[in-house]
Amino acid sequence: METILKISNLHKKYGKVHAVNNVSIEIKKGNVYGILGPNGSGKSTTLGIVLNVVNKTSGDFEWFGGAHTTHEALKKVGAIIERPNFYPYMSAEDNLKLVCKIKNIPFTKVSEKLELVGLLERKDSKFKTFSLGMKQRLAIASALLNDPEILILDEPTNGLDPQGIRQIRDLIRIIANQGTTILLASHLLDEVEKVCSHVIVIRNGVTLYQGMVDGITANEGFFELESDNLAQLKTALLLFPQIEKIEEEDSKVLVYLNANLDAAALNSQLFKQNITLSHLVKRKNSLEEQFLELTKQK
Amino acid sequence: MKRLLAIELQKIWQNKASRILTIVYFLSLSLLATVALIEFDFGVFKFEAAKSGFFNFPYIWHFTTYIASWLKIFLAVIIVSMIANEYSYGTLKQNLIDGMSKKEFLLSKVYTILLFSFVSTTLVFVISLILGLKYSSFTEIGIIFSDLEYLFAYFLKHLAFFSFCLFLALLIKGSAFTLGFIFIWFLVENIGHAILKYQILGYTHLDKDTTPIDFLKKLFPLESMSNLIVEPFTRLNFVKSVTTTVGATIEKNYAVEPISIAIVVFWTCLFLFLSFNILKKRDL
Repeated sequence: METILKISNLHKKYGKVHAVNNVSIEIKKGNVYGILGPNGSGKSTTLGIVLNVVNKTSGDFEWFGGAHTTHEALKKVGAIIERPNFYPYMSAEDNLKLVCKIKNIPFTKVSEKLELVGLLERKDSKFKTFSLGMKQRLAIASALLNDPEILILDEPTNGLDPQGIRQIRDLIRIIANQGTTILLASHLLDEVEKVCSHVIVIRNGVTLYQGMVDGITANEGFFELESDNLAQLKTALLLFPQIEKIEEEDSKVLVYLNANLDAAALNSQLFKQNITLSHLVKRKNSLEEQFLELTKQK
Repeated sequence: MKRLLAIELQKIWQNKASRILTIVYFLSLSLLATVALIEFDFGVFKFEAAKSGFFNFPYIWHFTTYIASWLKIFLAVIIVSMIANEYSYGTLKQNLIDGMSKKEFLLSKVYTILLFSFVSTTLVFVISLILGLKYSSFTEIGIIFSDLEYLFAYFLKHLAFFSFCLFLALLIKGSAFTLGFIFIWFLVENIGHAILKYQILGYTHLDKDTTPIDFLKKLFPLESMSNLIVEPFTRLNFVKSVTTTVGATIEKNYAVEPISIAIVVFWTCLFLFLSFNILKKRDL
């Protein structure tokens, strides 16, 4: 698969602060990547470096196999970082035309992209009259102007109201379904879990995890069980070899597994020992729980 | 180059304040021609601009370029605010992300400065030519097109001053602060020189030989720009005759001196080089 962006051993130091510490990432065409990390983890700095606005301290990155200079490569990239940046005194359409001039492409896509984000009727309104949600949608339209090879979104739903968040989320889905490679930095983990195929977890400038979303959530899961006689239940559970550990929480027993165990099999085994369950749920850790687990260490 | 100019001109032209300032600037420049209509009468002393010799070739080149260059502050405000805006709107960052290189970004500003200077110089040339042809006592081709170095000096003076503005705006990022700083810099050059000359080195007004210390002043950026075109008024015959009757003599070199050109070119290059360095080094 074609590599779009390759980052190798990237470092960025602001004085004593080591904002990006030996980050290596490879972005392949067609995948949807989520970058997760707490605030100040170095996500935005990393994106800033590959987008030519922050100078790296050491390390390397190359776009599209390094055939072009960074700014030439960026013409094939669509990116929105932090807040939408446009000229407030220009209309939506004029702002997009300016971007066309910068990217050296004809104005033909301007209307199409304004339509996609639902701003075509407002194309003559000045940017400063827009709500934050509209500004963010205009930014997405701008990033899509050149039908980019990759779309980079850094916290695209920050500060938006629920309707705005929904609109942006729907847009990202549409774009992802069209086969565009996406790199999405977000706090909204359920978002990342739903949209992304791959995930990169960064904390304090260090990459903690990199791989498929399924990989990070891939564990055997756990059972939530309830019964009238918890003590009897726990003794019975000890006989299962697949069980890693048992915890009691509220009136429930949480059973963690180290190998696959079918819910039906568990139920019938327990029933044979005269234990009736009043509650049986098999769950997997969500991305959010895995993320919190990963980033709290140390 | 066309692309970069188109980008920058769209930014300037669609901004109401910049558009108005540009129009005001070029209008005032054209209105310079109306100076010819000035007439006043103090009884004994009668003055008619058109007949005073202001518009004689080749003196007119010196006169109009000197007067017109005062107006450049309008364009300076545009340049400074357009750069400050790029920072405050976050559009410098966005331009780079959209695929402009830092060099292209600076070049788009520099091309605009060159364009402004060039258009202004051309306009001054045309206006002077028209005024001169109408009012000058001498209209031989050889005389008309002599002393054209004043136009070159005019162009260079604008280019240098705008480069200074560009550099300061990039450095300071705020338009009000930048304009304030330019004014303070002007004071610093003059007061600083006066303090050095009279306080620290102990010169007095009576000292004859002040060449080295006065040469030092010529090295300052704003001073060197203003030295490109020295004031033309005392060069006029009627002013000269007034001063000689009073008993004073004015000895001044009114020509565009190569040393001034060299100093100004040096500053211009330095400002542009430093501007590029700031852009390159700074994290956005």
